[in-house]
Amino acid sequence: MQSVKTSLRFFVALMTLLSVSLLPAPLASAQTSETLNIPILYLKQSITRPPVLSNIQPPAEDSGLKGAEVAIADSNTTGRFLNHQYSLQYVSRKNASAALQQAQQWLKQGNRLILADLPSATLRKLVAAPGIKGQAIVFNVSSKDDKLRSQQCTSGLLHTIPSRAMLTDALAQFLIARRWNKWFLISGARAEDKAFANAIKRSAKRFGGKLIAEKNWRFDTDLRRTAQQELPLFTQVGDYHITLVADEAGDVGEYIPYNTWLPRPVAGTQGLIPVAWHGVVEQWGAIQLQNRFKKHALRTMNDVDYAAWIAVRSLAEAVTRTNSSDAKTLYSYLLSDDYEIAAFKGRKLSFRNWNGQLRQPIPLVHPKALVSQSPQQGFLHPHSELDTLGYDRAEVQCQFGVNL
Amino acid sequence: MTRFNNTRLACLCLVTLLPFAGTATAELAYVSNEKDNTLSVIDLESLSVVDTIEVGMRPRGITFSKDFKKLYICASDSDSVQVMDVATQQIIADLPSGEDPEQFALHPDDRQLYIANEDSAVVTVVDTQERTVIAQIDVGVEPEGMAVSPDGKWAVNTSETTNMLHWIDTSTFELVDNSLVGQRPRHVEFSDDGKVLWASSEIGGTITVMDVASRKPLKLIDFKIPGVHRDKIQPVGIKLTSDGRYAFVALGPANHVAVVDAKTFKVEKYLLVGRRVWQMDFANNQALLLTTNGVSGDVSVIDVDDLKVIKSIKVGRYPWGVAVAP
Repeated sequence: MQSVKTSLRFFVALMTLLSVSLLPAPLASAQTSETLNIPILYLKQSITRPPVLSNIQPPAEDSGLKGAEVAIADSNTTGRFLNHQYSLQYVSRKNASAALQQAQQWLKQGNRLILADLPSATLRKLVAAPGIKGQAIVFNVSSKDDKLRSQQCTSGLLHTIPSRAMLTDALAQFLIARRWNKWFLISGARAEDKAFANAIKRSAKRFGGKLIAEKNWRFDTDLRRTAQQELPLFTQVGDYHITLVADEAGDVGEYIPYNTWLPRPVAGTQGLIPVAWHGVVEQWGAIQLQNRFKKHALRTMNDVDYAAWIAVRSLAEAVTRTNSSDAKTLYSYLLSDDYEIAAFKGRKLSFRNWNGQLRQPIPLVHPKALVSQSPQQGFLHPHSELDTLGYDRAEVQCQFGVNL
Repeated sequence: MTRFNNTRLACLCLVTLLPFAGTATAELAYVSNEKDNTLSVIDLESLSVVDTIEVGMRPRGITFSKDFKKLYICASDSDSVQVMDVATQQIIADLPSGEDPEQFALHPDDRQLYIANEDSAVVTVVDTQERTVIAQIDVGVEPEGMAVSPDGKWAVNTSETTNMLHWIDTSTFELVDNSLVGQRPRHVEFSDDGKVLWASSEIGGTITVMDVASRKPLKLIDFKIPGVHRDKIQPVGIKLTSDGRYAFVALGPANHVAVVDAKTFKVEKYLLVGRRVWQMDFANNQALLLTTNGVSGDVSVIDVDDLKVIKSIKVGRYPWGVAVAP
């Protein structure tokens, strides 16, 4: 073939473009190059969950960790061909300062990579702590706090879990696409419930939803017995298309579907939920990841598992393409235009270079099926439709650096 | 491209064949329906489904033996490769395929079947005559695409999450080389002369053309379709005409097949087909190309000379693979 012989120029350009590593057999490369070690800390602050009415499905204690473990195994299968070795250290502490100490010690030992499964208050302290700020790449795998993406973003802090704003935008787009624009909002009393309710209000403004009524519940009875009596009374607020629930802990919200005065669907934190990941996601090859996860964890994969999985996979992808374990190199690559990763969501994912959030489609699910996935068709954006979800560049008021 | 029209010839044969084989007509295309556990059989003369055959669970990759007497079927959820006797449409054997076989490639010796085991990160080599496993080779995460070079020297596997092409020496069953390509490599196809290898990266949205002798990339091809977001252009199946003129690339949810000049690597045309187009096969001596469209549940028929889609044929749920028997 003529072009084969004359395409040396192409080839050189391609090598640079793709950062293609063409290595001899794994055994041979093991002898010729040194193993690149990539140690990652999984730092968790275990929190005592408030009592909730429904005891059916308590969240798994090892949420997140199991996802990271599967990703480490995946990455080592790849790493075997390149002589890259990934390892995970798991540390869980009850209080914030003990968790911080562990992180500082990790950096003192010369390590730079952390998966943070921390409440947002602790996470803020972590990324500002001396010895960590500007030194480490921290992946937030569990905090959905919008402030961390809009007002308090920090160089070095990347978010693989979607923010509340991304979740409610994903839901709002679906509701608007279905022309269900009259919403009745019921929210709980906890700070997270208020944050979720605020995100719903922001989404309503963005996409044209109308909150025709808003109520806070203050039930102190056991709704498991009385929902059928209480809720029809509580939900007589005029006409609307859908009830939206803000109850992150899953306290009262579970009892709202089918008990509203009007026969209307329920969405939000219960009913139809927007979520980073769920056991029902099976498209785009996801069933393979779900199977690997189930085999390893003996349960289905949740959103925090996915956030931890994609955090480790993101790092590993950067290590593979740059052939480096240097935090500065990896961080710059993760935030560059070259970076993209396949992650079972039907399109490539990348990080927003204005706040460190992983841009990703959001599944909308109910317990046994995927209902839809946002962004919905027709919600356009000049850069990427995925940026119609969550805080866009112009809405972000913090300084975020693409270099460490 | 020199084109022989077999239609008239096939018609003549039909008359002689009829007394011996009740349903056999001209060429037949077999399409695996992933969510129906069946094969649809398409008569390529009438371009209609003439038969539906029940097979194992979640059939995906399918390929014929050299003499077209046997059809190998990856029954992924049955964890087996089934062997169907084409004449009687009976499953005559299950090969020890390893877990979750998805795609495979038959060695030119007509004996060794290279199977990608998606869930267990290995490639299994099966002797189809002895029905035994000859070798298992560790590869990357989620092995998917499989191809054996026309000279039989190389078996190449793609791993979707590791993003590599794995080069297996078929004389030793050793993994010799790994080439990093774009995100989620799905399919590999050798040119008839064995000099180049085409590899599709579904999420990367690209095709990497590899020089087989050096195992280095020659060209990166990407695609642009007006009105389709680039993230939705997801190349999967590849078919190369044996005259070296065209490469056809199925672009998944972009619902188009790209026609690429196989010499200049320029994209010449995009053909609109059914929804989520994945795999393809030639028919009628490469005058026709059939595509499986998973979401719309049909097969599009492309006229290769005119580069036009001439028909779509409804098959079962989630058509995945297609193989044509003359």
